[in-house]
Amino acid sequence: MNVFLLFKAKNFNLNQELLWNEQFLTQDLELKILFESMALNDNFLAEVVRKVILSNESCDRETILYRQEILNDCLKNPDVVRKIFEYASDALLQEKNNYWGFLRNSPHSVLFRSVEVLEMFVEMLEKLKKLTDQQSANFTSKGFSRFFNMLKTELSDEYFEEIKKHLTALKFRRGVLISARLGKGNKGINYTLRKIPAEKLTWWRYFMRLLKKVFRAKDQGGIVNDSEGNILSYTFFISSRDEGGIRSLGELKDEGINLLANSLAQADDHIHAFFSSLRIELAFYLGCLNLYRTLASLNEPVVFPALVSSQKSAMHFRDLYDICLALTTQKTVIGNDCNVTGKKLIIITGANQGGKSTFLRSIGLAHLMLRCGMFVPASSFKANLYDSIITHFRREEDAGMKSGKLDEELERMDQVVENLGANAMILFNESFGTTNEREGAEIARQIVSALLEYGVTVYYVTHLYEFARIFYKDNRNNSLFLQAGRQMDGMRTFKITEGAPLQTSYGYDLYREVFAEES
Amino acid sequence: MTFKSLLFPCDAKAEIRNQANAEQPNFFTDLNLDQIVQSVTAGKEQYNLNPFFFHGPVDLRTILYRQQVFRDLENENLIKQVKLFAEKMRQIREQLAGLDKIYYKYQKERLFLDVVENYCSAVVQLFNDFANTSIESEGLNGFTEYLKNYINSDGFISLSEEIQEITAALAIIRYSILIDELKVRVTKFTGEPDYTQEVEKTFAKFKQGEVKNYSLKLPQGNNLNSVEAQVLEGVAQLYPAYFARLDCFFTNNVNFMDDLVVVFDREVQFYISVSDHFKKFQKIGLKFCYPGISTSKSDVFSAEGFDLALANNLLSEDKQVVTNDFNLCGNERIIVITGPNQGGKTTFARTFGQLHFLAGIGCPVPGREARLFLCDRLFTHFERQEDIKNLRGKLLDELVRVHDIIQLATPNSVVIINEVFSSTTLQDQVFLSKKIMEKITGLDLFCVWVTFIDELTSYSEKNVSMVSTVTPENPALRTFKILRQPANGLAYALSVAEKHHLTYSSLKERLALKETISKETTLKS
Repeated sequence: MNVFLLFKAKNFNLNQELLWNEQFLTQDLELKILFESMALNDNFLAEVVRKVILSNESCDRETILYRQEILNDCLKNPDVVRKIFEYASDALLQEKNNYWGFLRNSPHSVLFRSVEVLEMFVEMLEKLKKLTDQQSANFTSKGFSRFFNMLKTELSDEYFEEIKKHLTALKFRRGVLISARLGKGNKGINYTLRKIPAEKLTWWRYFMRLLKKVFRAKDQGGIVNDSEGNILSYTFFISSRDEGGIRSLGELKDEGINLLANSLAQADDHIHAFFSSLRIELAFYLGCLNLYRTLASLNEPVVFPALVSSQKSAMHFRDLYDICLALTTQKTVIGNDCNVTGKKLIIITGANQGGKSTFLRSIGLAHLMLRCGMFVPASSFKANLYDSIITHFRREEDAGMKSGKLDEELERMDQVVENLGANAMILFNESFGTTNEREGAEIARQIVSALLEYGVTVYYVTHLYEFARIFYKDNRNNSLFLQAGRQMDGMRTFKITEGAPLQTSYGYDLYREVFAEES
Repeated sequence: MTFKSLLFPCDAKAEIRNQANAEQPNFFTDLNLDQIVQSVTAGKEQYNLNPFFFHGPVDLRTILYRQQVFRDLENENLIKQVKLFAEKMRQIREQLAGLDKIYYKYQKERLFLDVVENYCSAVVQLFNDFANTSIESEGLNGFTEYLKNYINSDGFISLSEEIQEITAALAIIRYSILIDELKVRVTKFTGEPDYTQEVEKTFAKFKQGEVKNYSLKLPQGNNLNSVEAQVLEGVAQLYPAYFARLDCFFTNNVNFMDDLVVVFDREVQFYISVSDHFKKFQKIGLKFCYPGISTSKSDVFSAEGFDLALANNLLSEDKQVVTNDFNLCGNERIIVITGPNQGGKTTFARTFGQLHFLAGIGCPVPGREARLFLCDRLFTHFERQEDIKNLRGKLLDELVRVHDIIQLATPNSVVIINEVFSSTTLQDQVFLSKKIMEKITGLDLFCVWVTFIDELTSYSEKNVSMVSTVTPENPALRTFKILRQPANGLAYALSVAEKHHLTYSSLKERLALKETISKETTLKS
């Protein structure tokens, strides 16, 4: 019985490794805002979505499509999904409340506790089955179809009957039956628990039992013979005051039920694992549901991204917006369009506060969400699948004063290179701009050239005109140049469009704004 | 003739064989034989081997019978086989003793069955081992033959078969216990399915991966608790035939061990303990040999013999053991040993006695080669403490004891005398000693006499003089070698005195010097 809702053929491991640069990504792309939006104050959801989105394990195309289908089903049936999640969480909570305590020290107590937990689990499984039976017609994704089918076949009505029979028998209301052989010194060995054969309750037997109760006939010990005088059974009683005898009796019982108790406790663990998996994997989709609802309330579009199959770098999107900006400002934000194929280097220049960083972030976020199977914040989105997404953003001055800014940036760059793979996308935001423009441009030029030759896709937001100009001059075919828009009166449009790099970034506008002087 | 004992040939008389209460002979402590026996039998108290050592010397046939067995046991394999058997028998005895403490009848009886089984297989194993090893001695061959007949006897075969059958029958038994609250019902097992497996099958579909193991390690003893015992009682009622058979077996076979096997188990330890003890000394290069036994007194010798008790002490102190030789040919009967104190004279005398005694009970003896006399008795006369209970004075006491010896000794006895009549004047000593020497010479028996009276060494042609020697360069250093030499009493004493500048001439010189010095000092003052 497997969940398999995040991967087609395996479970999601909550303790897996995250991307090496997850801290950088979180900081640069403001991922905390995204996670909070998805989790809505639920710590468990927050943990799961974070682990899924920043997982070190890249999903292949098939897995992404698999998840998109499942997410689509969730979007269409949010209440059902929430209910299933609730059942799983409840089951685990109730199990936790059934406290082990001191009870772990004898097979008898292990058995008792396991049976209780099992009864609770079975109840939950029945609820789950009932719900899914009703609702499975509304789910079309391969993932959910498989899951529901599995529940249908594995948790059939006959199966529940079987379990219930066992649960009753496990109360051992008619006693415990153990078979044994004679070992050294005639001590019992090979104690094996046996099934007490079901007693056909004939009216005669029922009558006799009733009589016994009425007349309070005491069960005597002794020997029962068959018709030929052979002894059929030998019965004796332990006195209720015989402490040693009672203890010995308990030990004997323990011999018999030791293995059974183990099996049941293990069965509990297995079912626990099932519910746990279900809870974890659904948590991710619940996070997506929360996000969807929030974005819908802000009237922001989302779309399931399509994956480009070619090897060439391609990016086609409309109305792509910075989702974290939207979530923070709680307002509709400006989206951008783009239509580019075969360009490995995209340089974005232009006015300050023109929306360049926002644009960069929106691309980074979109790709992160794409690679884990989510929808993306755009009205249409089509791109290729990168193995890794790397950010190299400008940082604050090192408070520890250990390294100068350039030093610090280069160190981070070094780390990037150490962990770099061929099919990567790197987002540079005003990198190497802290030193004088000549030097910074040269450094940037060298680094970017090498990266491009290696096959990396590079996005570069920069004020380094010299750097941009070189590529504009020599490398037009491979590069795309974008500009942050500015109206004639200095107002920003926050739109990024195609445009050659300019030498000024219109700081003049901002100065005027701040110091309120006439131009 | 059938085998009767490993220590006595089958034609030996029963009374001689069965001397179970032999007491320690008088001469044991003087010759330190008590120490030797104690070292040899250390750890083997359960076998009560002392009587075997106390009873001797034995006749020639018995001696040769025993020497043969010793020779056989030089085979490493054979000793291993015997020791294995001995260990098994020891365990069997231990288990039998343990059975007394078992409270529950059927538990006890079943364990008894196991013990008898161990016994049977041990005996069979021993026979197989012996049959496949080359054995020369009459004793061990006789025992092997006896074992063959025993194992193939109806009694033994039916015993083994009975054990097999009962064990097989009990092994088939399968019973069920139904525990309902405080009620316990025991029935025969009627084939109900294994419930744990059924439950496991039901829940198998949830299995995802490896999980924890919750089964507990339950304390396993060998004893039955009260409930188990009652259950067993029930099983016995369900299968009355099998358990009745077990019961019968127990009652009928209380004395299941064959008497001669038990005798063998005990007697073989005599050989093993001696052999093991001697191996300790062989490891450091000392030799042992099988002495030739002579019934005539014409030729008796030992080469590289040594005192076994002393050697034991030296061994534990890591010191060297000095060996000595002796030989008496033709008419020679009496060895008179003189020489410096602490030179090893008494040790030599003891060695003579030990060698003859050990040879007399059939053991190998210390030394490279030896030919010894089969005496009828050993006598010793060593110095004793003054005994206050003894109202006689020391001298009188000695004379009485010597007199007793002379009365009881025969020409085939061996007498060891060590420094006698010391509590009287020299003149009396010489007189008395000569008188005793006369008597001993008259008896023509073998004697070793340690004394400082040189005249005794040349009393008659029967006397042989041996002397304890010192290193020439350092007269204070003993060699512990006793050599055949004329006595040289005074010469030794003088050389020691010379060494300390205390001879008459040296002393005169020194005293003269003293006088001169004191005169000069008085002059000055």
